[in-house]
Amino acid sequence: MIRKLTALAASTSLLALSAAAQNLVIQNANLFDGETVRENATLVIRDGSVVAWEDGDTLPSGLETIDAEGAWVTPGIFSAFSQTGIVEVDAEDTTNDTSAPQSGFSAALDMSDGFNPAATAIDVTRIEGVTRIAVAPSLGSSLFGGQGFIASTTGEPGSVTQKRAFTFINLGEGGAGLAGGSRPAAWATLRAAFGDARAYPARYLAHSEGDALGRMDAEAFARAAQGNQLIMIAVSRESDIREIIDLKKTMTNLQIVIVGAQEGWLAAEALAEADIPVIIDPYNNLPGSFEQLGATQENAARLIEAGVQTAFAYFDDNSHQARLILQSAGNAVGSGVDHTDALQAITSVPADIFGVDGAGRLTTGSIGDVVIWDGDPLEVMSAPVRVFIDGEEQPLDSRQTKLRDRYLNLDENERPFAYRR
Amino acid sequence: MKFAIRLAATLSVAALLSACGTNETDTKDKKAGSGEAEEAAFDRDPYPSTYKAYPSDAVLLRDATVYDGLGNVYENYDVLLQDGNIANMGEDLEAGDDTEVVDASGKFVTPGIIDNHSHLGVYPSPSVSGLQDGNEISAPVTAEVWAEHGIWPQDPGFTRALAGGVTSLQILPGSANLFGGRGVTLKNVLSRTVQGMKFPEAPYTLKMACGENPKRVYGYGGGRFPGGAPYSRMGNVAGYRGSWIEAQAYDQKWDSWEEEGGDMPTRNLELDTLRGVLDGDILVHMHCYRADEMAQVIDMSKEFGYKVTSFHHAVESYKIADKLAEEGICSSMWADWWGFKMEAYDGIRENIPMVHKAGACAIVHSDSDIGIQRLNQEAAKALADGRRAGIDISDAEAWTWLSANPAKSLGIFDQTGSLETGKDADVVLWTGNPFSTYSNAERVYIDGALMFDLERPDYTPVTDFELGQPGEGDVK
Repeated sequence: MIRKLTALAASTSLLALSAAAQNLVIQNANLFDGETVRENATLVIRDGSVVAWEDGDTLPSGLETIDAEGAWVTPGIFSAFSQTGIVEVDAEDTTNDTSAPQSGFSAALDMSDGFNPAATAIDVTRIEGVTRIAVAPSLGSSLFGGQGFIASTTGEPGSVTQKRAFTFINLGEGGAGLAGGSRPAAWATLRAAFGDARAYPARYLAHSEGDALGRMDAEAFARAAQGNQLIMIAVSRESDIREIIDLKKTMTNLQIVIVGAQEGWLAAEALAEADIPVIIDPYNNLPGSFEQLGATQENAARLIEAGVQTAFAYFDDNSHQARLILQSAGNAVGSGVDHTDALQAITSVPADIFGVDGAGRLTTGSIGDVVIWDGDPLEVMSAPVRVFIDGEEQPLDSRQTKLRDRYLNLDENERPFAYRR
Repeated sequence: MKFAIRLAATLSVAALLSACGTNETDTKDKKAGSGEAEEAAFDRDPYPSTYKAYPSDAVLLRDATVYDGLGNVYENYDVLLQDGNIANMGEDLEAGDDTEVVDASGKFVTPGIIDNHSHLGVYPSPSVSGLQDGNEISAPVTAEVWAEHGIWPQDPGFTRALAGGVTSLQILPGSANLFGGRGVTLKNVLSRTVQGMKFPEAPYTLKMACGENPKRVYGYGGGRFPGGAPYSRMGNVAGYRGSWIEAQAYDQKWDSWEEEGGDMPTRNLELDTLRGVLDGDILVHMHCYRADEMAQVIDMSKEFGYKVTSFHHAVESYKIADKLAEEGICSSMWADWWGFKMEAYDGIRENIPMVHKAGACAIVHSDSDIGIQRLNQEAAKALADGRRAGIDISDAEAWTWLSANPAKSLGIFDQTGSLETGKDADVVLWTGNPFSTYSNAERVYIDGALMFDLERPDYTPVTDFELGQPGEGDVK
């Protein structure tokens, strides 16, 4: 099956790449549609979108047909917390746009201004089946990191699909340090910022400064502060999580997602009740700091069991290794999460959290992000054999595969390696 | 971000191939012949291991799929653990009356995983300033420091590694320095003291570092650290060479005193360690990412007459795998880390299988308190990526990356690292194929004693730090 799929990919890839959005039929799929898994499913993609197909219906004729032969077919994977494309080499400051500790701006920093679709990590991420990324800033000069965005991983110009999709705030130990040295300082700053943003622009007409935010930052935070934009808050400790739940009780229209939430399971019921989703790394099982002494490998299972909307991410290196969310999800399964729930946590759940219509699912009207796999997508030994974004087939090579191919044969007798491409 | 903080220190684990074996013998002969003068001069093992195997009953793991760690796989096979050792292996072994029989049908048995690159204990959890003991940044050459003097044995990371099937591990100093200090090999058995974890008779190792870290910490550390140099890779190599010249002179001085007597030379802790390398007693593990730098270091080792045991991180080993095979030097590698700094820019997913294919010694290492918990999955990823690139390696062969090769790189392969009769019973029973994401270590035996049992909470160790905390005894 694997060989046949690969051969198929090779024979059709040129054709595929020459066309824009393809019209095609994928048959005999073991299809995860974002909610459930169906065997022997058929999927029709037309003009870049999914046309759902019921078994037994007569298929439209004249479309390219792929026989998946029972292989797994999933929506493109959605990375809920990444920095892919805003940094080329982390340690080289000139290539790193994840944060701006020297900037006078905070909430106004629009991370999409730093996005480079040609960054090498984009290809590296795409060929592992990740087609959509939510890109968040790092800590900068304040507890406000800036504005995150949503992009596809085509690597093409214009692949940012939603700028200013969320405001990123760090209220954990890191945010406390930036706010002056303590959690009380961070919360005082945050409350002042809400005051500034909710009173924008009136407060800035008479005098140009707010209590916590400059005019530009207040303008950037206004939508979120008024409940019209998602706020992503990084916290780990149970008490911090509960304080955010209390915040939402006082400002009921806020849209909040918590990232980190290593002790989320200790407040799982309250999170579910408050309708606050979380983005967690299922790997986190160590007391890496005093704010995550309760970290456990069963955090994912317990949160999902309690009904908390839970997406997965890979925190250790979320720029170059965002691709590892599949392995994270697989390990969550190894620690008690249902396989389908784990798939949802890297497809439909993040799409819902960020409100990206049509992503993370393969039902009528979904965007044509489709991955055909050579095995169970959550097994570490599996890989995509074909990847489509918006119905367009994507190349499965990267700078890494070129380096590999250059050095697969180490015989340098004829010419230097530099002539080998 | 972790990398910047911890200076991801890579050691090179040169497998103890034939050359090293010879060195070991030479060393023993030399010690034997060097007479009592040396014995009286100073104690070579002043912080000796107090590790003792815990009591164990005989255990027969029955009807398992067994990777012996040497590249072989056996189906429906039995493994008998007795008196701390692997007593027998075969089909349909008889169980004595006092032998616990474990039905392992559908399960897998492997040698315990050995991680030859860990900073557990020296960069423990929690990662707070009071516990950062892995880099002695005070000078670019700190061969005088020993990792074991910075290890906090209450690091909860040891318990998570155990749950991941890790039975032995090397703790290394970080990679800030040209010479970072001595590494130490531990049995992954919790103890009140570091000495209680030390792998008996394991040779010492020396951590060295190439490339960006030393020059960043010293040259570009804004003059915060003494010396200023190195500012460049040129300065790095000059720094190593200057030290080796001193070490050679020191070695000669002691050699002649041991042979001819006279006034005993003054001891120098830094040069004691480098002399140990020149004499073949201490194994060199060198953090080195780039292929061209590894080639420079190989020449330097020949210039001064020592051997690099393993290059660590070695993200470009695939570019010179043929040369590494020729030199008998191991590469301790991640499956897929890349891009976090310039010298990691050319990392590829097929590094490990490409090194293996060239006939060089490949090792999967972690350098991470998360990675160490699932080194089997890291091997699986590399194996699968290699196969997709046309490199055909069997599952059983790939297990050599996880136990036999790292054991050789640490000089402990006579005791552990494979399932062979008479070796330490450092053994893992897996719930399923360990190359599946969904499999877990079900039971972990160290010297035949059951140290972890997935099904029994009282067989999950809890360090002092976690006692009385929200995470005490939880599923990890």
